[in-house]
Amino acid sequence: MSVLTFVENWDGKFKKLTFELVSYSAKIAEMMNTTTTAVSIGKVEPGELEKLGNYGINKVIHIENGDLIALDNQAYTSVIYDIATREEATVVVLANNNTGKALAPRISVKLKAGIGAGVNKLPLSIDPFVVCRKVYSGRAFADLTIKSPIRVLTLAQNSFELIEAANAATIETITVDFEPGLIKTVVKDVEKQTGKILLTDAEIVVSGGRGMKSADNWGPLVELADLLGGATACSRPVSDEGWRPHAEHTGQTGKIIAPNLYFAIGISGATQHIAGVSSSKFIVAINTDKDAPVFEAAQYGIVGDASKILPKLVEALRESKSK
Amino acid sequence: MKILVCISNVPDTTTKVKFVDGLKKLDETGIQWVINPWDELSLTRALELKDDPANGIEKITVAHVGLVGSEPTIRKALAIGADDAIRINAAPADAYYVACQLVDVIKADPYDIIFCGIESSDFNGSTVGGMLSELLGIPSVSAVSSLSLENGGIVMTREIDGGKETVTISTPVVAIVQKGITKEPRIPSMRGIMMARSKPINVSEPSARDSLTEIVQYEMPKPRAACKLVDPENPAELINLLQNEAKVI
Repeated sequence: MSVLTFVENWDGKFKKLTFELVSYSAKIAEMMNTTTTAVSIGKVEPGELEKLGNYGINKVIHIENGDLIALDNQAYTSVIYDIATREEATVVVLANNNTGKALAPRISVKLKAGIGAGVNKLPLSIDPFVVCRKVYSGRAFADLTIKSPIRVLTLAQNSFELIEAANAATIETITVDFEPGLIKTVVKDVEKQTGKILLTDAEIVVSGGRGMKSADNWGPLVELADLLGGATACSRPVSDEGWRPHAEHTGQTGKIIAPNLYFAIGISGATQHIAGVSSSKFIVAINTDKDAPVFEAAQYGIVGDASKILPKLVEALRESKSK
Repeated sequence: MKILVCISNVPDTTTKVKFVDGLKKLDETGIQWVINPWDELSLTRALELKDDPANGIEKITVAHVGLVGSEPTIRKALAIGADDAIRINAAPADAYYVACQLVDVIKADPYDIIFCGIESSDFNGSTVGGMLSELLGIPSVSAVSSLSLENGGIVMTREIDGGKETVTISTPVVAIVQKGITKEPRIPSMRGIMMARSKPINVSEPSARDSLTEIVQYEMPKPRAACKLVDPENPAELINLLQNEAKVI
């Protein structure tokens, strides 16, 4: 019996999301009175694998295969399945990001494991195995019993705190065999955002809606985000109008995010928008309409015109920073 | 080339959800049922591909696991332009159960491209597409934001953390699609609605399959505390609250 975690790397490095996952798995292992193993696929920078031990991982299995560079869902699934079987994993944990969503259902089928997708806290009980997860795009939660002896969980980003442990992981580097010809995905081109904080990784997000009135008015909003070390985002009408790139659209059909602080500026707060940001720990709303639904989701608000308030807010923040 | 689009029947995305039977069951009173938004985008993209004769798409079928009550939603998919439909006559117990039922139908009559929406707006699991591909033993590409046919092959763009990748892959394949796959979902025309009346919905009975999960009960989110309003003339107060009360900056 063990808890297995798949740890993805980004250009050879792990990030906060990885350590959230690992902390989460270590805690489940503790609840189940067992150990936890991480599986990492592909080349990582020296020292990265050791970091996993600092968050409670007992053993790291590093798959070195040179043929597993691009994500091929079938090949990755086959490898993680083999390790899960070898480690006799009864819980397999992945991130609820694009890669996790691509792999978790495939792995679950191979293991005949029920899946708890997008969980944001520890299981409510181990026997029976019950998890709580968001349903109806965050408008409700469901307590879900996973009936199978093996379970697959995907953990929502920024929902579990890091727990450091005085622990060193053993590291085992291996190559694995899989069915020849299994890799069918050929990557032709990669486009990566550089130099900016990723929206999904950001702890502070400053987001603008139609109330910003035009693409030309984004200056002070971007400035506020920069001052706070955060990322910028927008509502759907804004990306549909082409005022901001589609990658910035947060909401039910765009990116689902869970930052510590979310500024909704000139956003009325339609159900579909709130569905994408309702897991934010704090929401600040700035809107001219005091009855806008966004104030129901927010902890702090200012009723007023964003174009007048934003410059003052930037100024006030600068002043408080210079103190 | 044949395309299958898997569709789910979900409450309209603006529905205020409520539960009955001691928080065990969704209160369906007054709910408008619609095609899951991502499935509607998939169907639209499939139809766009068929519009170009060079792509050689013979037929677009929609498949759905659900009881007779979902037929209006299936009929809408036919009105938008699907050629025919399959309804597996079973209540969708969980994602695994649904994927198993769809597999039976696909094995009986294989398709080249199988479209699934990346999630459904009711259970948000993002699981059926991936399960389906593993059960069929065929490749899948997830978080697909564009799909086209070029020189007999399939080219897709998929979202990765902080960017996108363009990939090629062989058929048969499961494309698990998200926003961006097309601009707007296609709306049924009057002619489409008329034609849909005579298009076939083939009903098949489910096979005995397990479900691996079960919802014990629902919970409503805790109401948030009332919003604290700050004087628009004094935004410094907001900074103060975020620093000293919320402690988030």
